[in-house]
Amino acid sequence: MDSIERKIWELNRLQDIQQRSHWMNNLHPLGKLLISVLYIFLVTSVGKYDVTTLILMSLYIIFTFIMGELSVKEGIYRMRLILPLVLFVGVFNPFFDKTEVMIAGFAVRGGVVSMVTLIIKGLYTVFAVYALIATTSIDDICYALRSLHIPKIIVIVIMLIYRYIDVMAGEADRIYTAYRLRAPGQKGIEYRSWGTLVGQWLLRSMDKAQIVYESMLLRGFRGDFIPKKKTVKKIDVIYPLGWMVVLLVLRFFAGRFMI
Amino acid sequence: MHMADALVAPAVAGTMYVLSTGAAGVSVKKVREESDESKIPVMGVMGAFVFATQMLNFTIPGTGSSGHLCGGMMLSAMLGPFAGFLTMIGVLLVQCLLFADGGLMALGCNVWNMAFYGCFVGALLIWRPIMKKGASKAKIALASILGCVLTLQLGAFSVTMETLVSGITELPFSTFVATMQPIHLAIGFVEGLITTAVLIFIYEARPELLWGIGEEAQKKDAKLSFKKTIITVAVAAALCGGVVSLFASAFPDGLEWSMEQVAGTSELEAQGQAYETAEAIQETTSLLPDYAFPDSEAAVGTSFSGIVGALVVALLSAAFCYVFKFFRKNTETQTA
Repeated sequence: MDSIERKIWELNRLQDIQQRSHWMNNLHPLGKLLISVLYIFLVTSVGKYDVTTLILMSLYIIFTFIMGELSVKEGIYRMRLILPLVLFVGVFNPFFDKTEVMIAGFAVRGGVVSMVTLIIKGLYTVFAVYALIATTSIDDICYALRSLHIPKIIVIVIMLIYRYIDVMAGEADRIYTAYRLRAPGQKGIEYRSWGTLVGQWLLRSMDKAQIVYESMLLRGFRGDFIPKKKTVKKIDVIYPLGWMVVLLVLRFFAGRFMI
Repeated sequence: MHMADALVAPAVAGTMYVLSTGAAGVSVKKVREESDESKIPVMGVMGAFVFATQMLNFTIPGTGSSGHLCGGMMLSAMLGPFAGFLTMIGVLLVQCLLFADGGLMALGCNVWNMAFYGCFVGALLIWRPIMKKGASKAKIALASILGCVLTLQLGAFSVTMETLVSGITELPFSTFVATMQPIHLAIGFVEGLITTAVLIFIYEARPELLWGIGEEAQKKDAKLSFKKTIITVAVAAALCGGVVSLFASAFPDGLEWSMEQVAGTSELEAQGQAYETAEAIQETTSLLPDYAFPDSEAAVGTSFSGIVGALVVALLSAAFCYVFKFFRKNTETQTA
């Protein structure tokens, strides 16, 4: 499948998952956002040789993927974009770091351990973001951002970008298909064609933005979107607080009792 | 160039969040001061446009591979640095959430590496000064290529620094930098060419959409005509050749200095039939030896030499251009 088509498909698939009627999807977005950020923060703070703590930290990922009925395959697929840089940064560690580290009674080269922990950290953090976005729509994340007093202009721009990605990605797909049909076998669009090809598209986009703005004004836009206020249920407080305690214990204490 | 969460330590991520938040705060304030609500949908649609443009790959000439746009420079040229910066934040956040391209905790780093340099450095330090006295195709090309190359270099260098300071990699600084910078130099150059092509198209079709170009610049009349340009250059050349040449340094130039250091003289002695013949030809053809009238040390000779030299160079250049144009025309006709 072509990369643009693939991304459009990914977007649609994600929207389907976000709209499921699942208890995890119905949780308050602020709690989910804060817990995701805390989890990523704690995982990245784990020492480069501390494999034990890292294994324990997988509990959150296992729980959210099983309870949230999420696809591990899709989570791994999302690693493809960050994996090259992570691998490039970590792959040389075994050659430069020759410290000996004891893992389960075996002496292992420190560089190898740090490379493995780096890849695991990459995997966990991508999984955590996927768990968040698969159970929370962009509108809900924007609601959580507004609750955190992120300036409304940033939040509105994020919402608008998300709304228009579908349209723009569709246009990009049509342009690319038309180009490929006239230039078969060529990898990417030649830079000399970008001026007219993308320039025209850019002008159309600017005109579209003007029409959008006029439509928004006709519907009473006064510089802000007013989202429906979300009620906070007991589970919305217990879930993030519970995970906060568990994650802090796993990160700072549980490793000490392991062999 | 998107950084993953695993590549940054919490302290580095926090610091970069603080810096990016500061830049975002300034941008929000500036955009609010403009109090132009119509800019909000433009920012949204342009953000989606940049997002979608990144899905289109471009061919990297001579390599057989392809890359995609970063878009910071193009956004700045259309929206200005502040609105462009806020839009890039939106693009980066959506990319991080929807496609896991860049991390949530590394967002501060990514905003700094791609949005800050692209929008603030690119727009305020490169685009605006170049466009200050009006735009032209050459200026757009210069600003776009310089902006894309420089901002991508800065971004790539920041990625290196952030990763190294985080203590994630054991790679030596020099190796890391030597790997990151050249790759992004090539990408930046191609991105610059593409940005140039798109912005020149906009400049020709709807120049009022470009940011940072004054009212005077949009008036075609304000531009220097071909005739005026030729006269200005001719006067400047005559002044340099006729007046400034009188104050030329008496010290040896770089090459002469080097020769003096090595051989003890700035003019090497050469012997042989070939050298003697060449010297005879030079003496016959040189109308103004040593930039003066023959057998005269008068200042007027130096001035005259400067002016004549400039004139001869101008005539030779024009002749070269004419021949080149003639051959190109012939080739195009044959191809057609």
